[in-house]
Order: sequence, then C-alpha cells, then structure tokens
Amino acid sequence: MKARGVARRAAFGMAVVFLVVYLVFPFGWALVSSFKTNAELFSLPARFWPEHPTLEHYRRVLANDDFLRAALNSVLVASSVTLVSLAIGALAAFALGRYRFRGRSLVLYVILSMTLFPQIAVLGALFQLVNALGLYNRLPALTLTYLVFTLPFTIWVLTGFLEAVPVEIEEAAYMDGASPLQLFAKIMLPLAAPGMVTTGLLSFIAAWNELLFALSFMQTPDKRTVTHAILSFSATTSSAFEVPWGQMMAASVLVTTPLVLLALVFQRRIIAGLTAGAVKG
Amino acid sequence: MSTTTGEAEKQAEVAGIRAKRRARVAWAFLTPALIVTAFVALYPLCDTLYLSLTNTRLGSEEPARFVGLSNYVELAHDGFFLDALLLTVLFAVITVVLELALGLGIALLLDARFKGRSAVRAAMLVPWAIPTAVSTQMWKWMYNDVYGVFNDVLVNRLGLLSEPIAFTADPRTSLPAAVLVDVWKTTPFVALLLLAGLQLIPRELYEAARVDGATRLQAFTRITLPLLRPALLVALVFRTLDALRVFDVFYVMFGSRPDMQTLATYAHEILVSISDVGYGSAVSTAIFLVIAVFIVIYIALFQRRDT
Repeated sequence: MKARGVARRAAFGMAVVFLVVYLVFPFGWALVSSFKTNAELFSLPARFWPEHPTLEHYRRVLANDDFLRAALNSVLVASSVTLVSLAIGALAAFALGRYRFRGRSLVLYVILSMTLFPQIAVLGALFQLVNALGLYNRLPALTLTYLVFTLPFTIWVLTGFLEAVPVEIEEAAYMDGASPLQLFAKIMLPLAAPGMVTTGLLSFIAAWNELLFALSFMQTPDKRTVTHAILSFSATTSSAFEVPWGQMMAASVLVTTPLVLLALVFQRRIIAGLTAGAVKG
Repeated sequence: MSTTTGEAEKQAEVAGIRAKRRARVAWAFLTPALIVTAFVALYPLCDTLYLSLTNTRLGSEEPARFVGLSNYVELAHDGFFLDALLLTVLFAVITVVLELALGLGIALLLDARFKGRSAVRAAMLVPWAIPTAVSTQMWKWMYNDVYGVFNDVLVNRLGLLSEPIAFTADPRTSLPAAVLVDVWKTTPFVALLLLAGLQLIPRELYEAARVDGATRLQAFTRITLPLLRPALLVALVFRTLDALRVFDVFYVMFGSRPDMQTLATYAHEILVSISDVGYGSAVSTAIFLVIAVFIVIYIALFQRRDT
C-alpha cells in the first residue's frame, strides 16, 4: 500500500515535470539558440548549452532599423488600441452594467457574438473601408480595425465588474447630487480599475500578437509590426540564401519577453479574465 | 380615495419619466461603442456578404457589377478552395480533439493540491502569451531538417530514425507539424478553462461518492464529466471557431505552398495579393457558413443529450 502511494506520487511528479518542460521548452530552446555562435548553431550533434555564449545576434538585431521601427509600431498600435477600447468599453459597460433599459440584452448579445466572430470574414470589407478612409499603409488603420476583437471583450468583462457594485453606492452618489457622468468618472471607474487592468493587458497582448490585419493593411517595411517583421527577417540580412536563425531567435526572444513577463506578473488577473470571459458566455 | 389614485398615477408618471431619462442616459453612454461596432463589424459583415455577390476588384477601372451567386458557383468548382476546406476542417477536428483531451488531463493534474502549483499555472501562460507568428518561427527552428533539435534527438541521440525528416516540407509531416504548434499554443487556454470548471465542483460530492464505495473511474464519469459539461462546451465552441479560422500558423510555416492553404490563408491571398474582393469575400462568407454548420451540429448534439 505504501509502495503504491510512493509510486503514485512519483508518477504525479513526473507528469508535472514533463508538463512544465513541454510548456517552456520551445521558448527555452529559442533563448539558448539566441546565445549560440553561428558555428554552434549549425553544427551536429546540437549542443544543449552554448559553449561560447555570445550577444552577437542581439547586437545585430538591435542595429536593424526595420526591426526597431517595427517594435515601436507595435508599441504604438497596441497601446492606442488598448486605450481606445478601455475608454469606449468603460462607457458602454457603465450603461450595460448599471442601467436596465429596453434593448439592453440585444446589445449584450451582439457584443457576445462579436467575440466569436472570425476576423477573416470582414477582411474584404475592412480592406475597402481602410482604403476609402485613406488609411491604407498607415498605423491608425490597425488601431481602428483591432477594435473588432478588443472592444467586445473589454465591454463584456467590464460590464461584469460594474454589475457587481452594490446599488447603495450609486444611490448615495445621487443623493449627494452627482450627475451620471460624475458617478461614472469619480466612483465607478475607480471601482472597475482591477477589471481595467485585466482587460487592458488582454487587449494589449491580443493587439501585439495580431498578424492578419497587419499583413493586409500595411505595405512598406517602416509600417510593419513585430509579428510581420519577424517573418521578413531573412530579407534584411547579408546572405539571402541562409535563414539567419540566430538573429531570428534573438528577435523572437526580444518581442516575446515583455509579454511573458507581463503574463507572469499578472498571472492571476489574466487567468481570471480569460476564464471569466469564457465561463460566462 | 381619488386623491390616492391621483397620487399613485402621479408617482407612476414620475417613475416613468425617470425610467425614460435613465434609458436615454444609458444609450448616450453606449453611443461611442455602438458607432465603432457598426463601423468595424456590422457594416463590414453586411458589406462582405454584398461584395461576395459582385465582381469587385480593387484598382479596377470597370465599375463593379452585381453577379448574383456566380462567385459561389465558381467556389464549388475551385479545386484550391475545396482542398483548403478539407485541410481546414481536418485541422480543426484533429486539434480540437487533442486540445480537449490534453487540456482535460492537465486540468485534472492541476486540480490536485501540490507544492509549486501556482508556478506551473504561471508556466501555462508562456505558450499563450507568445505571438503565434513568433512561436511558429521558434518551432520551425526546432523542426529544421538539418540542425533542428527534433532531428538531432531522433537521429543522433535516440537513433529512432536513420535519417532526418524535413518536417515542414514533407507532405506527410506538414499537417502534424502545424497541429503540434497549435496544440502547444492553445491547450493551456483549454486547461485553464476546464480547471476553472473543475474548481466549481463541490468536493463533498467526491467524499459522498467514496463513502458510497464508488471507484475513481466512476467518480470521474458520474460526477466530474457531467458537471464539467458547460465548461467543456465553451472550450469546444471557442476552440472550434478559432481552429476554423486558422491563419498565422499556416501562413508562417508554409507561405503560399499550394497544398497547405487553409480557408483563411486562401481568402487572404485572393483579397490582398490578387485584389479580387468579390471572390475573396465569397471565400470569407464560406468560412462563416462552415462555422455556422459546426455550431448547428454542436447544438443538435448537446440538445439531444439534454432531452
């Protein structure tokens, strides 16, 4: 009986270790590879640890203007989308979370169905819209179109947050003569702050990770975002025939590390947001 | 008597006015969101449907004409489209089954209390946080036909293979290679979702089952699975929709290789590279229809079980 318990715990421990290795290995391997010299990268059998660690790949990537430009573009697009969808989303969530009115559930259904909506299904029409607005190959095109997937989620989660605020707080504010706008700005917004952090993070990460629209609406290298830039890495380096895997891995680590750190620091919030958004639906 | 009814009426009137005013305030707060939604989602959706019935081409001199269903007739005879449809559905079925099975296993593992559980939960977010385009590049390096770590381990260290495989070039391993990347990236999401569902199940139920002499397997099939059904359904729907619109993995891994196009990469190619907005919109609408078919199947399956 005791032996069985030990065997069971050992099996459990091994399963957990295996799981963690499986989850982090691809990122870890990219990290290890990014510090290897080219000679080590392209030698067999592969080494699991760099013998002569080097920052050469990072130096090259950081000297690559197109890449730096792409990183800046991604920061601009992801933060502007996040801010716009938080602002618009908080206003809408206040209406949906604190007011009962005819048409409320219809609006909620439309928003919920938008979260399930395939982006590719509107690509053609958005392509025309972006062109008609004169936004083709301009970053605001991405800020605008990314709202398709950040806004519904933001509204959905923030509505849940504001619904949970006790009605007494609202009544007390009205007693004190507050207008709806004051109630929203001075009382509800601070109370929804944790929800705004969660949805803000999720919006930022979603916008940072987007590829399809970035590929379709931007044309010139100076308008690329990081997900697009990482694909075109081979074109900007000396040898056209050999893929610069070392630089690619260094660039991958650079664009991924901030997100991984954000995810780890805010893991509780993110997990709550991811599962709340889904479980309620 | 008359005064009280009068007062009641007055009160009702005041309440009515107040309700109307509140509704107006609510709609005012909703306006920005409604405008944006109409602009970037509802209008484009209707427009895509309309465009799919025209021969619109971007940058064409000729004005677009209404062509009825001819784009859809063409789709039915388009070998590339049919291949893409088959590949996408195959990809969706394989990944969703694997992700749900693996996700359930991981969720059950993490439902137990053990030291370091929160660290493992944090590790789950690593694949999720990495952009798909980037993680596909990372996997491509691991898949490399000469210097990739998979070939190194399989050929040099374990001796399971006599010669390396070009995982992403060989037609036999291309689909599995893409499936593995997707499973790695999204299983954590499924697992976290199912874990949240598992933690809603009252522990007393398991206690009671044990007292009644139920085996672990019985507890699993009689308690865990039925109570986990809502979470499983949500995960199933979310993952299916995502898998049917898969773009990043295939675009990054295979580019324009004709035998590895999904519905989304094919639509993108026609819309953006060829600028055939009419036909591309028909492909987009077809993706929508495929998704609708899956949802109808799910609803039918789950409702029949309910009754």
